[in-house]
Amino acid sequence: MYDVAIIGAGVAGSAVARELSRYQLKVCVIEREEDVCCGTSKANSAIIHAGFDAVPGSMKAKVNVEGNAMMDQIAEELDVPFRRNGSVVVCTKDQDPAGLEVLMERGRANGVPGLQILSRDELLAKEPNLSDDVVCALFAPTGGIVCPFHLTMGYAENACSNGVEFFLNTRVDAIAKTEAGYSLSVTHTDTKVSEEKEAKIVINAAGVYADVFNNMVSERKLHITARKGEYMLLDKDAGKHVSSTIFQLPSKMGKGVLVTPTVHGNLLVGPTAVDVENKESVNTTQDGLDSLGRTASLSVKNVPLRQVITSFAGLRAHEDSDDFIIGEAPDAKGFINVAGIESPGLSSAPAIGVMVADMVKEMLNPEVNPDFNPIRKGILDPDTLSLEERNELIKKNPAYGNIICRCEMVTEGEILDAIHRPLGARSLDGVKRRTRAGMGRCQAGFCSPRTMEILEREVPMSMFDITKNGVGSNIVIGTNKEI
Amino acid sequence: METRELTCIGCPLGCALTVTMEGKEVKEVKGNTCVKGDIYARKEVTNPTRIVTTTVKVSGGKVPMINVKTQSDIPKDRIFDCVAALKGLTIPAPVAIGDIVLENVAGTGVNIVAAGNVEAA
Amino acid sequence: MKAYDLIIIGGGPAGLAAAVAARDNGIDSILILERDKDLGGILNQCIHNGFGLHTFKEELTGPEYAARFIAQVKERNIEYKLNTMVMDISEDKVVTAMNREEGMILLQAKAVILAMGCRERSRGALNIPGYRPAGIYSAGTAQRLVNMEGYMPGREVVILGSGDIGLIMARRMTLEGAKVKVVAELMPYSGGLKRNIVQCLNDFDIPLKLSHTVVDIEGKERVEAVTIAEVGPDRHPIPGTEERYTCDTLLLSCGLIPENELSKSAGVALSPITSGPIVNDSLETNIDGIFACGNVLHVHDLVDYVSQEAGAAGKNAAAYILKGKTAEAKIVEILPVGGVRYTVPKYIRPTEMEDTLTVRFRVGDVYKNCAIATYFDDELISKRKRPVMAPGEMEQVILLKKKLAEYPDLQHITIKIEEA
Repeated sequence: MYDVAIIGAGVAGSAVARELSRYQLKVCVIEREEDVCCGTSKANSAIIHAGFDAVPGSMKAKVNVEGNAMMDQIAEELDVPFRRNGSVVVCTKDQDPAGLEVLMERGRANGVPGLQILSRDELLAKEPNLSDDVVCALFAPTGGIVCPFHLTMGYAENACSNGVEFFLNTRVDAIAKTEAGYSLSVTHTDTKVSEEKEAKIVINAAGVYADVFNNMVSERKLHITARKGEYMLLDKDAGKHVSSTIFQLPSKMGKGVLVTPTVHGNLLVGPTAVDVENKESVNTTQDGLDSLGRTASLSVKNVPLRQVITSFAGLRAHEDSDDFIIGEAPDAKGFINVAGIESPGLSSAPAIGVMVADMVKEMLNPEVNPDFNPIRKGILDPDTLSLEERNELIKKNPAYGNIICRCEMVTEGEILDAIHRPLGARSLDGVKRRTRAGMGRCQAGFCSPRTMEILEREVPMSMFDITKNGVGSNIVIGTNKEI
Repeated sequence: METRELTCIGCPLGCALTVTMEGKEVKEVKGNTCVKGDIYARKEVTNPTRIVTTTVKVSGGKVPMINVKTQSDIPKDRIFDCVAALKGLTIPAPVAIGDIVLENVAGTGVNIVAAGNVEAA
Repeated sequence: MKAYDLIIIGGGPAGLAAAVAARDNGIDSILILERDKDLGGILNQCIHNGFGLHTFKEELTGPEYAARFIAQVKERNIEYKLNTMVMDISEDKVVTAMNREEGMILLQAKAVILAMGCRERSRGALNIPGYRPAGIYSAGTAQRLVNMEGYMPGREVVILGSGDIGLIMARRMTLEGAKVKVVAELMPYSGGLKRNIVQCLNDFDIPLKLSHTVVDIEGKERVEAVTIAEVGPDRHPIPGTEERYTCDTLLLSCGLIPENELSKSAGVALSPITSGPIVNDSLETNIDGIFACGNVLHVHDLVDYVSQEAGAAGKNAAAYILKGKTAEAKIVEILPVGGVRYTVPKYIRPTEMEDTLTVRFRVGDVYKNCAIATYFDDELISKRKRPVMAPGEMEQVILLKKKLAEYPDLQHITIKIEEA
């Protein structure tokens, strides 16, 4: 019997798990994918929003602004790349600048610090590549950019190190109310074995599927729509095209797209926003990709689209109420929803984690975990070392002298760390999200066979079992002449 | 009289060849830039042949595979027989360019030879 | 800091030929830096035959061709480091490299030859819509898996792009037991050599669909199907022409991109057309003493030409090292016009160049029964008939120093495609 079972190892579920690991509780996280951070958390704008967008008084507004303020400390504790680069919402000449005032008022009501309206001249000093049509903008200095993979993995690894159990490749098929709490019927998708897991409290952090699980136990039905967002990621050569995150003032044409640097120095353009029926449809579309370039040019000129290195789509979990649903289902005691976590979910995760942990604390009144260690060390990036430090490192561990990914200059040492750390990588994408090997301009063309060799040797695992991202996504299917 | 259009594979130039035939007899080859084109065209319309390159497994080597080739061209319709004859074959390292890997592959009278070097581990 | 007269970045066909030529032209202190575990570069995975017809007058496989140059390097006792990644090249030719044994090493060179080769255009750069499952590989990645490791990436294959590696892999995958269903090519002509269409596709009845592209990729875990459609003259898909192919693998052979990240770190100016360095007649870049050759300079069709070009770079680098600096001389620009996309070199120095200089280039479209015309300013100097020219194949013009000497006031040279 677990005290708490968390469904979903995205950023919300992982943040809750980490905050719960401060207490003497038996906690597990159940994740259907082969790794943490495989749903909405892996494919989004990677923005820490300032908090001027949400309606004052909403749950989104509360946790966004709180989460934003917590981010410096969390990034420090969990060793997550994070930078407050500032957010800019631009108003173009066809738009009513009053829209910016509305946002600023909203932001002030939400408690967002430092908001100001900048003239075109003030803007150009900061952002010379803004489009010629931009007339003024709202500037939010607390807006930031983060690595969503490392934020989620940081939370999950820290939770794991502090005693939380993770069941990956484990799908929840059904949830039933029991005397003591809930019984979850789960299937391990890799071994096809099914079993029951009992828990006093269930945290439903299942992303686009949170409505399905809520509706298994509650009559207060939720309805979540998967809202697809397509993105294009540009080469690091284009990463300095803008320095702040450039949003567009929403218009009758839609919310617009943002153009932003990433913490790793690339340029990101997106997202589109299209509601889709299929909760698995993370495919990009020709129309979507075509529209991104067009829409981006409204706010930023000469976005070097020739330097796109990849495009991707993520699904945001949009609940009909248009707000985050965080709290116990009114008719299902001990079933806590963390549902409808669309944007600004990444920004809000630190606050959501604490808020939900407080709810559990209230219910179970646990002792503090005396061994809790808030610190997680990320994967060492040798690029941050001096020449002497780097040579020391290579002398101690020669794997740091062996480059595997030539585009991102990722060493074998980093890949070994990614495999052998808590919740270590078991797939090419797992290695990629942890180390950036394969995330560069050649998109794993050179390094994937070499990364496969390392996984084969270190996990160890058969070449035939190595996948791109879990069950069914095998890379090779046989040997020459024998398929 | 019948004509056939071919692209010469003798070299990267890829000359467009026109072969004039009477029954099975080649009367004329046109379009070739060199003598290779003439030879290729005459062969291609009567008994087309190809060099086959593939790999076989190596045991005890620094790498697991060695690339091999037919020592000379073999009839085109024997390509798959040639590859099939190499299925399951493993040769011990070291292997050097030119080493015979399999004699008289699939009864073609042509040997399979190593086309790379693999040192012993 | 250890110093060398010449450091060559890359031990593939270009680096090897450059090293041999530099040694034969009097340079003792040479170091080749190679990131892979063997010399030979990409040739090691190109196990098909057809290499070396120009250089050795026989048809060799890639590893055999490489082995001949490796032997020449070893005979000359030229120093090389394997498994060594060059991390940076500075404008004053300090090369920072790294390997497991020595860590980060700083090396001072009098001259540097860039010979890093190229990489394949990825799915991301092509912006193909659809899912992102396993089963999508660049042709070169599949080539490495099959030819060097012996693993088959799939059973049923669709190939996008008719570049030579894609064509070669169509045959390779077929011979090893896979079914290649179709090769789709965006352009109305193939990007590969004609002989490869014949012996890699036609021999195995693999259809080549010109003016087609991939418009959708299905399958969440592994590729399940690929939809291709015909494209119009604007290269956009024509609605209603979609054809769906069930398959588990999509190979991409959609072009090669010279790999010049290191060149940029050294301040080397690049051509937007070739993505390679802009060089003069001695294959020297805008940075004194930094030379370039092979696929890092511009993507070649034949390795024989890479070896020739690299030999020139090695010889020129040797001359630079022995003289100590680049000679000041009058510069004439070569203008590519009317179907000629670029020329390598872009600049020549009529007083400094070799007696004969091969200017290489590619054309932007298929031209039948046309001619390559060379003008010195407005005067037609030569006109050579070519029955067929295609973007997949390199063309060349030979310039003679003797002839140029007759034009002391020459402003520029124009190379263009004209009616024959």
